[in-house]
Amino acid sequence: MTEITGRIHSIQSLGALDGPGIRFVIFMQGCPLRCGCCHNPDTWDFNAGMEYTPSELVNKAVRYKEYFGKEGGITVSGGEPLMQAEFVKKLFDLCHKENINTCLDTSGCILNDNVKKLLEVTDRVLLDVKYTSDELYRNHVGCKMESVIDFLDYVNSKQIPVTLRQVIIPTLNDNEENIVKLKDISNNYPCIDKTELLAFRKICQVKYDKMGKEFPFADIPEPTQKKIEGLNNLLK
Amino acid sequence: MKHNNWNGFNAGVWQDEINVRDFIQTNYKEYCGNDEFLAEATDRTQALNKKLQSLFALERQFGGVLDIDTATVSSLTSYSPGYIDKDNEIIVGIQTNRPLKRGVNPFGGMRMVRQACEAYGYKLGRKVEEEFKFRTTHNDGVFRAYTDEMRQARKCHVITGLPDAYGRGRIIGDYRRVALYGIDRIVEEKKKDKKELANGTFDTEHIRLDEELFQQIAFLGYMKEMAAMYGFDISQPAANAREAIQWTYFAYLAAIKEQNGAAMSLGRVSSFFDIYIERDIANGILTEEGAQELFDDFVMKLRVARHLRTPEYNELFGGDPMWITEAVGGMGEDGRTLVTKSSYRILNTLYTLGSSPEPNLTVLWSNSLPENFKKFCAKVSADTDSIQYENDDIMRPIYGDDYAIACCVSAMKIGKQMQFFGARCNLAKLLLIAINGGFDTTSGIHIGPQMPVMDTEKLDFDEVMKRFEIYISWMCNLYVNTMNIIHYMHDKYAYEKTQMALHDTEVGRFMAFGIAGLSVVADSLSAIKYANVCPIKNGNGFIIDFKTTGDFPKYGNDDDRVDLIAKDMAHRMITELRKTPAYRNAVHTLSVLTITSNVMYGKNTGATPDGRKASAPFAPGANPMHNREENGALASLNSVAKISYDDCRDGVSNTFSITPEALGRDKEERITNLVSILDGYFAKKAHHINVNVLNRETLMKAYEDPEAYPNLTIRVSGYAVNFNKLSREQQREVISRTFHEAM
Repeated sequence: MTEITGRIHSIQSLGALDGPGIRFVIFMQGCPLRCGCCHNPDTWDFNAGMEYTPSELVNKAVRYKEYFGKEGGITVSGGEPLMQAEFVKKLFDLCHKENINTCLDTSGCILNDNVKKLLEVTDRVLLDVKYTSDELYRNHVGCKMESVIDFLDYVNSKQIPVTLRQVIIPTLNDNEENIVKLKDISNNYPCIDKTELLAFRKICQVKYDKMGKEFPFADIPEPTQKKIEGLNNLLK
Repeated sequence: MKHNNWNGFNAGVWQDEINVRDFIQTNYKEYCGNDEFLAEATDRTQALNKKLQSLFALERQFGGVLDIDTATVSSLTSYSPGYIDKDNEIIVGIQTNRPLKRGVNPFGGMRMVRQACEAYGYKLGRKVEEEFKFRTTHNDGVFRAYTDEMRQARKCHVITGLPDAYGRGRIIGDYRRVALYGIDRIVEEKKKDKKELANGTFDTEHIRLDEELFQQIAFLGYMKEMAAMYGFDISQPAANAREAIQWTYFAYLAAIKEQNGAAMSLGRVSSFFDIYIERDIANGILTEEGAQELFDDFVMKLRVARHLRTPEYNELFGGDPMWITEAVGGMGEDGRTLVTKSSYRILNTLYTLGSSPEPNLTVLWSNSLPENFKKFCAKVSADTDSIQYENDDIMRPIYGDDYAIACCVSAMKIGKQMQFFGARCNLAKLLLIAINGGFDTTSGIHIGPQMPVMDTEKLDFDEVMKRFEIYISWMCNLYVNTMNIIHYMHDKYAYEKTQMALHDTEVGRFMAFGIAGLSVVADSLSAIKYANVCPIKNGNGFIIDFKTTGDFPKYGNDDDRVDLIAKDMAHRMITELRKTPAYRNAVHTLSVLTITSNVMYGKNTGATPDGRKASAPFAPGANPMHNREENGALASLNSVAKISYDDCRDGVSNTFSITPEALGRDKEERITNLVSILDGYFAKKAHHINVNVLNRETLMKAYEDPEAYPNLTIRVSGYAVNFNKLSREQQREVISRTFHEAM
């Protein structure tokens, strides 16, 4: 039987921001969402990227085991890894055989049988909750907020640790009301043990320009460090 | 044997023989706690440091050299005592009679001294000129013996930076011996050794050693005199911590007054001092504040150490470095850590006195180091960009647990081994010379075996390798012979009697060779192997450029296809070098280290098959070429880690720059992650890493407005520099390097 292959956008051997400790990060190719703030538009196209088998990737990852320490491991990001759930599951299986911790960085927009199987071998979920209102989800992401909540319900029922993440975008979600809602979510789901606010950044403008695509949030300013700190204080 | 000044120390064989290691092992107290005990700078320290900072500012205003004493030849007792602030110093002694005034040291060569004086608007004194008219310098000796081929190799820069016109350095005296035993005891032991020589056969080596011992004993006497000029009697062992530091410093000071060696490293003194500090604290005569003050004052002395150099020298070794390298931490052979509270104290000087390139603080990293110490080091790195790390776990099995680092990455047993420094060979240029059949297109010099220019439309890997092997073999033989002449003459005309007096009489010797341009060569050979490389010839039929089409694996991406080429090149070089015997039975070693000369090496090298343009800088040390890393920082580290320390016993240098944002979200995360990176890198058996945690923007601002960043320190290749002391070209190269950033 030939091994399943996945489409990979790129590999980053040093990820210090996507999950606990030092992470070997694999960016999957292809995403069904179109978040206005997306900083990786080059990962959208399902036909682009390079094909890899799970064992090819795990053979690369094991070369970095020495750096992982107690906390680190592999993180699969994207793109949307849930779109290639079957492949990522195989990859995580192999990681576990090598005692490598697995982290899934996702929007949580899909929940099907393959995703459920993937979650069985996921040590931590980094859940990007883009907004806390369905309206913003529909306008700026392209899916219902309900899907994400369904996903979170399921992850919670399986007691998989979750880091909640949100990109703070001025004028859209940089307000107290949003943070209060985010805090509510965090309080209602025992699986969530950490919440991270990330600043919206526009360095990706060059990628859009190169692709000849319009950056939907080009006119939105980046939030100040002070703003992020203030919102973080509200979270406490 | 017993001495009153040893009261309170545990007895051991160290009392009956010169054996500092045994003293340390039987007396030191390991420390596994955190940094909370550390004291801040006292008012006295701050006032003295302020004075120093204004002296440094003045030195900068004077174009980098504050003053030169052109009338006096530097030696142990040739200047009246000098002070920074006599009444407020607790450790005393400077090189000349005024701080930052540089002495002249013509023993290495007159030409360099003359040029250096002239470069800064001075003229070498008449008396010195007269005195040296009938004296042979090291430089004179070397050029009497150099062959035509050696001169040509030097002229076309295929071997560059050879210590044939200045002091070779890279020798570490065991300066601690003076504190532990006092001068008289050391002299007594040396006299015993000399007496024993009387029984041997007087062949060349024997006679040489006999005369050297005479010189060693004489200079131990001058050292005593020098200390007496400052009001100290160092004939007996140090009685307390202040004396231990003072005695040790006098020994180091004597060495840098006598020698202007390229790298004048300190050794491994902090945990040795710790034993005295612990004793004084237990006796109630010293506080933590006082202990820190001793370190602060000592380090301030090290920060004013200077040698007079020419602008050409600075092109190779930018930033006016002394490489006062101090090895900190590491593990003992018995499994206890050699980290003491004083390991923290010496690193703490980067806070009490501010960051600085000197002393060159080098942490000997082991996976078994106490976690607290690892975190403290990572914190200091992130805050100051002033320390480097070397792998204790691969060095300890070879050198034991009382070795130190000379210069950047050269390990040696303290007081038992020394090295003959040999700069480096430009491997990328050698490749081009090979392809051109023995012609260097940048200098227009025919050199090496003469054969036809490689005459194919597309370069074939096997053909190129066959050709390259011939030239490597030729070069290695020439390189060893050249080094043999240099070190024969250095021993003859500029012997390091002060430093060698603080070695065992029977000493182990290394001869340290080096290569520059390793990543350029690896990528070039990879291009030839995996892409299409078509040579482009000039009107005279020599290859001056290449048209490279197609993709090829690049060193720095953890891709064995090219990384193993790099590893193999180092292996080939050392294997070839070993074929020619080295002077005084020295053991051949090899380094992949460039200092800042990667810029100059690049400038003198034509376009290479990897796509590097003619004259463009090389990457420093063993670093991958700038911005060719596509898989992130760890992949790059893994590539470098593949170069074997067994092939490169003189060190494999890697400089790693990362933005704070890429290392973690907050300070705590950055520290933990940096510790993981270091643990991982060294578990891969890598040898060395410089860590910079900073943004390119900071460097660009400092480039535009140097006055606003007077103390900006960064790690370059095996040492740290004040960014403003680099040439504009070197600064641009540093800015253009890969900074690992958050995606």
